[in-house]
Amino acid sequence: MKTILYRSLCTIFLLCSTLAQAQLDIEISGIGANQIPIIVSGFDGESNAPQNISKIIKSDLTQSGAFKLIESGNIAANINPASLTQWKTKGAEALATGSIQKLANGSYDVRYKLFDTLKSSELSTLTLLEQTPQLRTSAHKIADDIYQKLTGTRGIFSTRIAYITQSSNQYRLEIADADGERVQEVFHSSEPIISPTWSPDGTKIAYVSFEAKKPIIYVYNLANKQKTILANFKGSNSAPAWSPNGKQLAIALARNGLTQVYLINADGSNLRRLSNNNNIDTEPQFSADGNSIYFTSDRGGNPQIYKTPISGGNAQRITFNGSYNISPRITPDGSTLIYVSRRDGQFQLFSQNLSNGQEQRLSDAAESPSISPNGKYILYTPGAKHNFLKVVSIDGLTQYTLKTKSSNIREPAWGPFTQ
Amino acid sequence: MKMRPLFTPIFIISSIFLFNACTPPVNLNSNIPVEDRGTTSNNANQTATTNTSANDAANDPLNNPKSVLAKRSIYFDYDSFTIKEQFLSTIQAHADYLIKHPSRKILIQGNTDERGGREYNIALGQKRAEAVRKSLALLGVSESQVEAVSLGKEKPKATGEDEAAWSENRRADIIYQ
Repeated sequence: MKTILYRSLCTIFLLCSTLAQAQLDIEISGIGANQIPIIVSGFDGESNAPQNISKIIKSDLTQSGAFKLIESGNIAANINPASLTQWKTKGAEALATGSIQKLANGSYDVRYKLFDTLKSSELSTLTLLEQTPQLRTSAHKIADDIYQKLTGTRGIFSTRIAYITQSSNQYRLEIADADGERVQEVFHSSEPIISPTWSPDGTKIAYVSFEAKKPIIYVYNLANKQKTILANFKGSNSAPAWSPNGKQLAIALARNGLTQVYLINADGSNLRRLSNNNNIDTEPQFSADGNSIYFTSDRGGNPQIYKTPISGGNAQRITFNGSYNISPRITPDGSTLIYVSRRDGQFQLFSQNLSNGQEQRLSDAAESPSISPNGKYILYTPGAKHNFLKVVSIDGLTQYTLKTKSSNIREPAWGPFTQ
Repeated sequence: MKMRPLFTPIFIISSIFLFNACTPPVNLNSNIPVEDRGTTSNNANQTATTNTSANDAANDPLNNPKSVLAKRSIYFDYDSFTIKEQFLSTIQAHADYLIKHPSRKILIQGNTDERGGREYNIALGQKRAEAVRKSLALLGVSESQVEAVSLGKEKPKATGEDEAAWSENRRADIIYQ
């Protein structure tokens, strides 16, 4: 019975207009198993506002796969809770409505309310004051609030993503909203940029650049637009990964022969060697509690994922299926490992429950996964040389595509919560 | 009574421990990362080479397209990181040159074909560069003259998804600085 739900596909093309040069289009396929039926009404006054707030909210909620949107026409913001039962008969369990009003100083007063139609009660309300270009921010805050109140999980609609694009011989590090809007270039280079990763507070991005004819790890400060070198030791420097408190990074260095895992303070001081063997150890990732490092190692002959305590000690092997398992990523609650596994010659996205070892295939051709800060979604590159990124929910049921006008987009990194 | 050399088993055992996985982190405060102001070399204090005159440059075998030194690339088989016999003479020639010109430095860049993860391929490319570096070291080249780095699959010489392109990219290049 559930299989029928899983198999039915619903493709919606949503074209989002934007002020930026590049734009990402969203194509959604796949339906989550238990969707909450909700009405999102048009907001009073939004036809006169520069952004259609209810449309952005509906787009966010649809994209999450957790909601089924029920059309209703426009419902006045000052709705009487006693009249909510009529919306229950339309199949809705929740109803959101609101208003947007321009103030004398040019900013906007945005208000919204969320109602439970079954209990005829008010669940939530927000009053937001935003400047015009930030109206998308208001919409995303409201969508986050709806998502959190109805699912119990924090929403990611206000987060940002970073990724690399390549066109002819120009590489660009770009940032966009989680829905692909408001694309900004961080910087560009004539040499490759790889492995971008956000600091936990969202103020910096560490990455690897080949401008010096060898891989060097830099940290870019988004506030002052300055880049500094984190690691330029003899040999190769790559695979930066921030600790959960942002004070140190795990990195891969090849300064004494083969690639090994090291720890380094965020200011580049206090280098400490963590792995000490004659194999390849790379792609370090901190565990959720910051006490262990997951990493890729070929010590068993083929690349597999291992875990080792930061304090030193034996490494424990984590992946056992397949002969090529790389790119470990850990969910923020520490429960699940996401990785790339080669099966029948194709690189695919997999998850493993770290309590019972159970594995689930999440995608077809995939590389460089990045987990959303609420642990519910994985952003990844669907194979080589594509014009889009993909997102799949961690239960594998919902997926959508983020399209771009660039010829080659890869290495996505999902940014943290920043409020 | 025969005296057993006790140090030998201890030496072997301690070597095994040294090469095992994961010892406690070692503090390496002595090595401060180089602050790169945009130069292409991390050898900021490179001494001037001795071949500065045009006459010397013309006689420098590095500039002779017919010399074996003109060969700067070593190619590798799939999933292999050992130097094939056909490249030993190339490596020998560069070793001889570097020993004769101790102020010359090289960067060895290892590459992989386009299959597989980016970061793992950085490590595999490093393995190729390291194989060349080790061969040069065994032939007597000073460690200070050689830096082995990896470009992974990021700078392919041949684009294409066939064995012809892949074999062209499984390569270590010697770059004179």
